[in-house]
Amino acid sequence: MDLRYTDEEQDFRHELRSWLQSVLGDVPPEPERHDWAGRRGWDSAWQRTLFDAGYAGINWPAEFGGRGATPTEHLIFLEETERAKAPYVGMNFVGLLHAGPTLIVEATDEQKDHHLPGILKGDHVWCQGFSEPGAGSDLASLSCRAIRDGDDYIVSGQKIWTSFAHVADYCEMLVRTDTNVPKHKGISWVIMDMLTPGIDIRPLRTMEGSTEFCEMFLDEVRIPVSSRVGDENDGWRVAMTTLSFERGTAFVSEMLQTMELCRDLATLATKITRSSGVAWEDAGLRRDLGRVTAELDALWALTRRNISEATRTGLVGAGGSVFKLAYTDLRQRLGEIALHLLDRASLSLDDIGELPTGEHVQGRIHGLSMTIAAGTTQVQKNIISERLLGLPKEPRV
Amino acid sequence: MDFWLTDDQADLQAGIRSFLDGRYDLEVTAAREETDAVIDPAGWSDLAEMGVFSLVRDGLDLRAAAIAFEELGRSLVPGPLAATFVAASCDALASAADGARIVGLFEPQGELAMVEHPMQVTDLVWFADGEVRHVDPATLSLTPVTRDLDPLSPVASTTDLAPAFDVIATGDDARRMHSDATLLTAAVAVGVSAAATDLATAYAKEREQFGRPIGSFQAVKHLLAEMFTKTDVARAAVHAAACALDGASNEDPTHTVSVAKVMAGDAALFCGKTGIQVHGGMGFTWEVHAQRYWKRAVVLDATLGSSDHHAELVAASLLSS
Repeated sequence: MDLRYTDEEQDFRHELRSWLQSVLGDVPPEPERHDWAGRRGWDSAWQRTLFDAGYAGINWPAEFGGRGATPTEHLIFLEETERAKAPYVGMNFVGLLHAGPTLIVEATDEQKDHHLPGILKGDHVWCQGFSEPGAGSDLASLSCRAIRDGDDYIVSGQKIWTSFAHVADYCEMLVRTDTNVPKHKGISWVIMDMLTPGIDIRPLRTMEGSTEFCEMFLDEVRIPVSSRVGDENDGWRVAMTTLSFERGTAFVSEMLQTMELCRDLATLATKITRSSGVAWEDAGLRRDLGRVTAELDALWALTRRNISEATRTGLVGAGGSVFKLAYTDLRQRLGEIALHLLDRASLSLDDIGELPTGEHVQGRIHGLSMTIAAGTTQVQKNIISERLLGLPKEPRV
Repeated sequence: MDFWLTDDQADLQAGIRSFLDGRYDLEVTAAREETDAVIDPAGWSDLAEMGVFSLVRDGLDLRAAAIAFEELGRSLVPGPLAATFVAASCDALASAADGARIVGLFEPQGELAMVEHPMQVTDLVWFADGEVRHVDPATLSLTPVTRDLDPLSPVASTTDLAPAFDVIATGDDARRMHSDATLLTAAVAVGVSAAATDLATAYAKEREQFGRPIGSFQAVKHLLAEMFTKTDVARAAVHAAACALDGASNEDPTHTVSVAKVMAGDAALFCGKTGIQVHGGMGFTWEVHAQRYWKRAVVLDATLGSSDHHAELVAASLLSS
């Protein structure tokens, strides 16, 4: 066990740090939260900047245009970009972290040549059409139907939680190609060109107000059979390959932001007054915030352990579930601390007075989604108790 | 950066484990409850012979110690393990390394001090005013407790808060001893959490109600998942703090030790109480070991600063950077 970085890792960090300093001055201000076209342009420009400097697809193998970085270098990359306040992966999230890695492992050479460069350069934005109104935690029960018609599939159904569907060029999508076999065995993984007729996209209003999420209604959309990745009815396995690309780095940027949130809240508490004095004089508040901060530091250690495991074995295993369970619960608790601190100022998403209160209210609302998205807390607990503790499995049909 | 057990560390862990399985069977340990010698003198010597108190002198480090002490916690080894370990690093009490001394803690709190193992400790160390003081327990007027919360950690109280002492370490040495002892207390607590989780998991696989193992019900298996998670997160914090104390990290040792103590104390208390819950009525009996883990968790959390105390220290660090 050694948390020190090697000389090579330090060199990588310093080189990256000075490159970031040299380019960040030219990055225009971030567009408004809901200016989707503006954000797409901004995210794409940053991706192009990364590409030109050789940092695009940091974790992709070099033979497919990536940097081929080690998990630890990936960690350093996320740490440095976050600390330098560089743009985040943004809309290129699905392409770089989901669709691209899946294509690298499963696609034909022709499909790779056609799609990978566009993802790396930031030319093409991808979205993900997996979840459906009737298929959430039980994703494999999805019913979006694809019926073969010559060289095409004709696809009809509904998808939900499709981030950035209204600005995306392509969609990685799971469709049902066989209804007469057990549910996992009748699914195919296809690439859908978002300009195809028959796609109706409606923004989904969440409790945060407007967000990047959409609903997608598909009415006899024609998708060429040549856009299928992997064999027909083998799509469930293809979708699971994305998981094998996870190296324990998924929440690094998030966590660093949350650490800063803790420091900001402490500072805020020294400025908010109560009838009995300054809020920070409340030992209960200090202890609550101290506990969350301690847990965040512990999870930072766990992150580096998961990354070390990935370096040694190529996989994170169920350590990812342990992390997600603990981290998302922590975010909920931190949000509650923030609202208790703000008291009636928490009724506003705008800053109140001179203090930056709005972001804490926004963050608390967002926290409510975190124990649900990407595998609910309850699903994570099933995974931990079954895979790590060997307890009897939930019934699966 | 490689935050994973080295082969040597994994071997050490396995070696200590197999030693403890043979020498510190929990049935045997529990049979010493309510006797005058909860600490088995021969067993204590064997721990010393195994090198548990002299790891650093023998060329190992705090990471090795943290790994070993987690195993001691799993077996609920009775005795002031962490205090004896740090005392052994001090010239004045060096013979603690050979098992010749059982060194406890003198921790005054408010109007009184609760001294563990009053019948058996040979020496006490007292962390105060940035120095480490040596107190002879024979000079204290101790009032034994007749009903101990944890019969494997018997206590006596004293209101004599200004005993005679010798200063045995100051400055950096004193700080290091305090940090080491706190970290190793946290490491023991992680072992207690892990053992409580293992015991409850085994029970949930075997105990049937409504015609099924209770571990097949989400209401139960999710409790076990939480126990596992809290233990694993606390272990990561303990290992990170051990790295910091060894200089194998650029993080502040004092801060990481507080983080470890918060996480390990909370994890042990949670796993202790939840282990009892998973066992149902049997968990509340004297016979089942589930209760022993919770009791030790209370003792460990109250040693060298509770998780509340260390959470305050961590909170203070938010404003300092």
